[in-house]
Amino acid sequence: MQDYDVAVVGGGLLGSAFGWGLARRGQKTVVFDEGDRAIRTARGNFGLVWVQSKGQNMPEYAAWSLRASQLWQDFAAELTENTGVDVHYVKQGYNIVATEAELESAIAGQDRITAGMGDKAYGYEVLDHKTLKAVAPHIADSVPGAIYTGHDGHCNPLFLMRALHQDMQAKGAHYQPNTRVGAITPRADGGFDLTGEDGTLLGSAARVIVAAGHGAVNLVRDLGIDLPVHADQGQVLVTEKVSESMSFATGTVRQTDNGSFLLGASSKQIGMDTRTDLPTLAEVARYCISVFPFLGKLRLQRAWGALRVMTPDGCPVYQQSEAHPGLFSFACHSGVTLSSVHALEVAKWVSEGNIPSEFNVFHPRRFDV
Amino acid sequence: MELDATNTPKTVRLSFEGTAIEAPAGATVAAALLAADIIAFGTRPVSGLPRGAFCMMGTCFECMVEIDGIANRQACLETVQEGQNIRRMPPRIPTKGQGDGDD
Repeated sequence: MQDYDVAVVGGGLLGSAFGWGLARRGQKTVVFDEGDRAIRTARGNFGLVWVQSKGQNMPEYAAWSLRASQLWQDFAAELTENTGVDVHYVKQGYNIVATEAELESAIAGQDRITAGMGDKAYGYEVLDHKTLKAVAPHIADSVPGAIYTGHDGHCNPLFLMRALHQDMQAKGAHYQPNTRVGAITPRADGGFDLTGEDGTLLGSAARVIVAAGHGAVNLVRDLGIDLPVHADQGQVLVTEKVSESMSFATGTVRQTDNGSFLLGASSKQIGMDTRTDLPTLAEVARYCISVFPFLGKLRLQRAWGALRVMTPDGCPVYQQSEAHPGLFSFACHSGVTLSSVHALEVAKWVSEGNIPSEFNVFHPRRFDV
Repeated sequence: MELDATNTPKTVRLSFEGTAIEAPAGATVAAALLAADIIAFGTRPVSGLPRGAFCMMGTCFECMVEIDGIANRQACLETVQEGQNIRRMPPRIPTKGQGDGDD
């Protein structure tokens, strides 16, 4: 007999969503969270709940993102009702771009998604400058337009984390902070022992989810699992807090619930390096100001770098070990967007011990050629 | 903290929202305001909730005030000066009147 039904390794946005969803399903759950020396992707993200442009190379990912967005409103409402924490979900977003070439490229991307999804495709609108200006009066004259789907939006990702942590514990999950899992060892009874770095037994569980982002790669390699993720660095700028003036998000700019504007969307492959650099920050600022000139008048207050958990094709990895059934390894970069389906659907897969066959497409064997 | 010949802290006089306060020379503006029982340095632009000094080390940006007409000064990083005029920040509406035009 094991201590837990499920042990979740990782207390970020993936692990928290799984832990919450499992506890909600009555599973005896423990979540091991490494601590602040971990690469905390969930502390650095931008907070978009985003559907459009995703899944151009995998229609199933487009459909999965759409499903996540469709569940988000109820998911957020349930968290708020249970915890009193408002995660500030606003379902309003436009992919506003700076140039005609970008808009053409974005339209081509949406057309690939639409073709790939077939009769499950969601519609999208291309707004020209004049139409966009009616809803986004602060765009620059040079902005050609935007793509609108009705499915995109944003939230406060830190309050999302807090609500998930608070409510999973209210539902009986054990949260173990400052606990780095050093090894997962299959037991004779089909479960798993989890041990700390010093070999101390942390507990045993019938099933294990490894959702530890960059920290998971070495942990699951010891069990014969290849987790093909690399770090994709993004740098974010934060302005002074100002009056509410923009309720929607774009792919690169959003105003937080307390008034700051976040400017983002840089992307660099430079290994496990979270440092900001002036040329990158300047380029982020230059692009965002080219779309919204008023941003140039705001004072910056801080900037940070964070590391996306990126797979080779940008789509999620969901897998159960064939050698060790009950051992699940999940990784993706869209932890905010997908938190609803992770909490409400993936947690069900794990509680039932089975990834439905329609999701086999997310197995990393897709990278074996 | 600066002391005079009798080891008494030198003081400077400044004002917050027009009310005179005294503070030890060398203190930060945030410390001077707190010592004068002023906890709400300003309000959040969106929620209107009162905000004051939290981290006292320049990280949290909650203690923003206007000093001598210049907005967005961190009270915890500024040193008190004789005659300083401290005010709560006026509402900042970035898209009205400030952002359009010659950018």
